[in-house]
Amino acid sequence: MRTILRKVFLVDLLQGMWVTFRTQHPKNIVTEQYPFERPKVAERYRGAPRLNINPENGQTLCICCDLCALACPEALIVVGWERNPETKRKDLVTFTYDTSRCMFCGLCEDACPVDALELTQDFELASYSREGAIFDRQILEEGIQPKKYVF
Amino acid sequence: MAETFLDSTELVLNMGPQHPSTHGVLRVIVKLDGEKVLGTECVIGYLHRGVEKIAENRTYTMFAPYVDRIDYIAAVSNGLGYCLAVEKLLNVEAPARAQAVRVILTELNRIGSHLLWLGTHALDIGAITPLFYCMREREYTLDIFEKYCGARLTTHAFRIGGLQYETYEGFEKECLDFCDLFLPKVDEYEELLTGNRIWRERLINVGILNEADCKAFGVTGPMLRAAGCKWDIRKALPYSGYEKYDFEIPTRENGDTYDRYIVRMQEMRQSVRIIRQAVEGLPTGPITAKVPKVIKPPVGEAYVSIEAPKGELGYYIVSDGTTQPYRCRVRPPSFVNLQALDRMSRGSLVADLVAIIGTIDIVLGEVDR
Ligand code: SF4
Ligand code: SF4
Repeated sequence: MRTILRKVFLVDLLQGMWVTFRTQHPKNIVTEQYPFERPKVAERYRGAPRLNINPENGQTLCICCDLCALACPEALIVVGWERNPETKRKDLVTFTYDTSRCMFCGLCEDACPVDALELTQDFELASYSREGAIFDRQILEEGIQPKKYVF
Repeated sequence: MAETFLDSTELVLNMGPQHPSTHGVLRVIVKLDGEKVLGTECVIGYLHRGVEKIAENRTYTMFAPYVDRIDYIAAVSNGLGYCLAVEKLLNVEAPARAQAVRVILTELNRIGSHLLWLGTHALDIGAITPLFYCMREREYTLDIFEKYCGARLTTHAFRIGGLQYETYEGFEKECLDFCDLFLPKVDEYEELLTGNRIWRERLINVGILNEADCKAFGVTGPMLRAAGCKWDIRKALPYSGYEKYDFEIPTRENGDTYDRYIVRMQEMRQSVRIIRQAVEGLPTGPITAKVPKVIKPPVGEAYVSIEAPKGELGYYIVSDGTTQPYRCRVRPPSFVNLQALDRMSRGSLVADLVAIIGTIDIVLGEVDR
């Protein structure tokens, strides 16, 4: 008898509807309004790469040891350096990082002995061309400079 | 039977590779008699990336991020399986703290994987609402991954010999909060689905695979347990300290789609139990064992299998003494479980075929590798 009554009055379906109804309250909204509100990503987030510079003199921290390039499974980092005849040190000339092939695994970051290469919280990496995804030293040091559109 | 003299009623149809309910790029060739399925054949390989071959050209450390992409829904479990296999080759064991953190993260990943399965499976069958709720809760697990290792999906959380990252501040609390929050949510999903008559009609006695067939096909994971076999590698061959935790293996009798649903729901509850125990007993100490910088295992081979959310996930690695694996074979649960599709779907209706594909819980990245 009870099962028949439950069937007739659609108790099982109404139960489900009640769950849906319960979550209608505005405080239950979880959707992020992304382009308008930037979500906060975690501190350890592995996003756009950055080549750190010494904040005091603007010199790069990179010592051209090539360890990041060797650690990368995709071999997408190319470190170009020149031996400085006066100081006998290596000077960084170019640094390319092809984000289109990068899987943001963080192995290069872990390999760097001086924390020069770092994956940052910046996650907006889209670009209009494939070449745009290849970061050179300037982009790596200054960060991506997206084109500002005025509406 | 009609089909013996009227073959013209038979119809061969392609389902997929772009069918939304094949969960990726799976093509199923279906032989139909009206609505009835006479046989199916799977065409796979659309997502083949040659992961096993890539392994032969990468060092042991470098290959670790690639395993995340085998089963991208359960990247943490894949990472664990690979790390355990290499550790076995090297004959090292991760320290207790690393093991506990590994357990916490893999169990969170199991919950995340089951939630995604539940949402999409329900969506295939016509219940749209659970998807949103499942995604909402899965977000919490992804947030923990993001805070812990910096990525949400392809995490690369573990390293050979232990962990790369120490847990962040508030990790324990966040895990426990998630446990508290999540248990009532499982009840909520059950409230939505378990008693629902449409859900029951669509699932009960659909896609039955009994225990003997499961064993014959090599089917593992929740599918095997739904058929009544109490086999869970976490209990049978404990790894990463699972023997320390107290949990049950949920099983059911019939081995139909409904039972698999119930088993997975119970597994999520058990996972919460494991996470609680692991977080409460989280030991202190080092997070990496002593492993050489350049990993060069001795000549030999190792097979390690773990209980991934979808079944037995095995890594078989042959080392020839160099820095690169000579051969790395992955035994993916989805690939093996998918072979039972024909047996399960024979004689059912086309609409049930969608439910059956959903219940296997396949990830095509893992099927094709
Ligand atoms: S994150 Fe990984 S794939 Fe990307 S450059 Fe670094 S090591 Fe290479
Ligand atoms: S590992 Fe660091 S210091 Fe060495 S080349 Fe790369 S960025 Fe420069």
